[in-house]
Amino acid sequence: MPEAPLLRVSELVKHFPQGGGILAKPKAWLKAVSGVSFDVHRGESFGLVGESGCGKTTIGRMVLRLIEPTSGRIEFDGLDISQLNRGEFGRLRRRMQIIFQDPYSSLDPRMPVEQIVTEPLLAGRRPPRAERRRIAERLLDKVGLRGADLGKYPHEFSGGQRQRIGIARALCVRPELIVADEPVSALDVSIQAQVINLLQDLQQEFGLSYIFISHDLSVVEHVCHRVAVMYLGSIVELAPADEFSRKPRHPYTEGLLAAVPLPDPHCRAAPFAMEGDVPSPIDPPPGCPFHPRCRYVFGRCQAEKPSLAAAAAGHRVACWLNDGRGLS
Amino acid sequence: MSGRLLGIEDLSVSFGTPEGSARAVDRVSFALDRGETLGVVGESGCGKSVTSLSILGLIPSPPGRIDSGRIVFEGRNLLEVSPEDLRRIRGREISMIFQEPMTSLNPVLPIGRQVAEPLRVHRGLSNAQALAQAVEWLERVKLPAARRRLDDYPHQLSGGMRQRVMIAMAMVCRPKLLIADEPTTALDVTIQAQILSLMVGLKEEMGMSLLLITHNLGVVAQMASRVVVMYAGQVVEEAPVADLFDRPFHPYTQGLLRSMPRRRGRCAGRTRRLTEIPGIVPAITETFTGCRFTARCPHAFHRCREEAPGLFGIRRGQQARCWLREFPERRDARA
Repeated sequence: MPEAPLLRVSELVKHFPQGGGILAKPKAWLKAVSGVSFDVHRGESFGLVGESGCGKTTIGRMVLRLIEPTSGRIEFDGLDISQLNRGEFGRLRRRMQIIFQDPYSSLDPRMPVEQIVTEPLLAGRRPPRAERRRIAERLLDKVGLRGADLGKYPHEFSGGQRQRIGIARALCVRPELIVADEPVSALDVSIQAQVINLLQDLQQEFGLSYIFISHDLSVVEHVCHRVAVMYLGSIVELAPADEFSRKPRHPYTEGLLAAVPLPDPHCRAAPFAMEGDVPSPIDPPPGCPFHPRCRYVFGRCQAEKPSLAAAAAGHRVACWLNDGRGLS
Repeated sequence: MSGRLLGIEDLSVSFGTPEGSARAVDRVSFALDRGETLGVVGESGCGKSVTSLSILGLIPSPPGRIDSGRIVFEGRNLLEVSPEDLRRIRGREISMIFQEPMTSLNPVLPIGRQVAEPLRVHRGLSNAQALAQAVEWLERVKLPAARRRLDDYPHQLSGGMRQRVMIAMAMVCRPKLLIADEPTTALDVTIQAQILSLMVGLKEEMGMSLLLITHNLGVVAQMASRVVVMYAGQVVEEAPVADLFDRPFHPYTQGLLRSMPRRRGRCAGRTRRLTEIPGIVPAITETFTGCRFTARCPHAFHRCREEAPGLFGIRRGQQARCWLREFPERRDARA
């Protein structure tokens, strides 16, 4: 019997109203997330990948209750977070933190670093100033900044250093789960490696779980234990990280992987370009959401939406082609 | 049809800042042949975009200033031609596409008219003729339902579609050189693949040269025949693409290649660490006595701090700005 998951997301749905007004009914609904389920275990990095608009960020925000789901359940350590009152959720909320993509807009420019990284403490028992300072020093040391940086303001740091400050702030309350939303996408390649290594070191040291949201398949494959590939609000494939890249079973995953330009001039595969754009989530296609772009499409795909079904150990796919054979 | 199309020679560009003049591009030289794709790679602030903007005279001045150098296009120094001549060259002989198509398209003009405009200005076509050719080009760049979208405004299109419009606009006059500055950085990876294969196709068909500026080493590996690596305003390495990836010489190039997460492939080792380049890129206002990479270099020794290295020849077509060429024993000393 494996350990109970730290986070369990079941049948999560989020529809955003479009148009309308305060009293008028919305003209349409944007179906950002349509029935997503997954578990995240302790100490695990769980990757959510997909292109813009696939719903990966919306899921991250719902897990932290920064936005409310339309329906579905989110259980953290066995507790259904939507059933908790403000106080109870406040206590739970300390155990999950978020790191944002843009290290420029996610830090208050008028706050010195010491205040930024210890701000989450203010929601709790408010330690005295001297202790706050000690905590801040320890945090900066953990993320590779110097104690001398405590009095500086965000504009005095580079993008990579700002991201370290954001990570220190997230670590402040000793969380168990960190939602990292494109944490390295805004950084240069050489700095990206520094931050990825830091996130992995911290995971080892504190036994952290990550929900790692990214559009960069190489980064996700490097960082994560398991990966969920999303398309138009649904998970289309969920697999261990190395299986997802070596034996993709969903045609969308296959196309996504083929689209990544390989950093190898000797291997110039004519990039097999998946045709077309992602359809609008306001009016998603019937049946399988991927069928208009799929090169294996057949009758059933247009009529009926496939659900995530086991294809191999720990590997699930939402595709009518999948009955253990994978892609032909 | 071969031979030199564009030569940048000893180009230096500075910007006035509150802390004094800052040199963004420092004595940069490289050349581009007809029909060739040259990749210019480097991280933010390395001067790659400033270099490309200088070619078309698009550096805002002030605060920017071209201190020295020549930009020779088909035998003419673009830094000396009259503004009218430069306008004629821009868009007709040399076109440019940018990272964010939304900011480089006119938001209040229908896309059909925008694509047709270079044809009216440079080729003197009538509105109807220009529009007819614009439709042709929009279809060639595979804008879905192009004919129906002529009256659409940029905001009505997706990011990928806008980049297609940009490409159509850049191509209508059949330029000899296309400068693409991070053309796919703002796009999703499947759309990036579509745009890249579109660019390859058009380039082959028209025999045009491509100057591709990017931070994405994957894009360079797939597209370029030669690569220039820039760091802190200077060219630090130049090589044919295969040599750059197989036998990079400069420690910065080596660091860049190693710090990239690679697809795991068959070697299934799990918690493999990425190799970091320690430290941060120096500020543009910094002054240097020695090599600009010294502070981050694993092989740095006294010579690197004392004197700035020049570009040394490594092998045919490859050169690097590094003292290790002269003191090879130093590479093993501490690596």
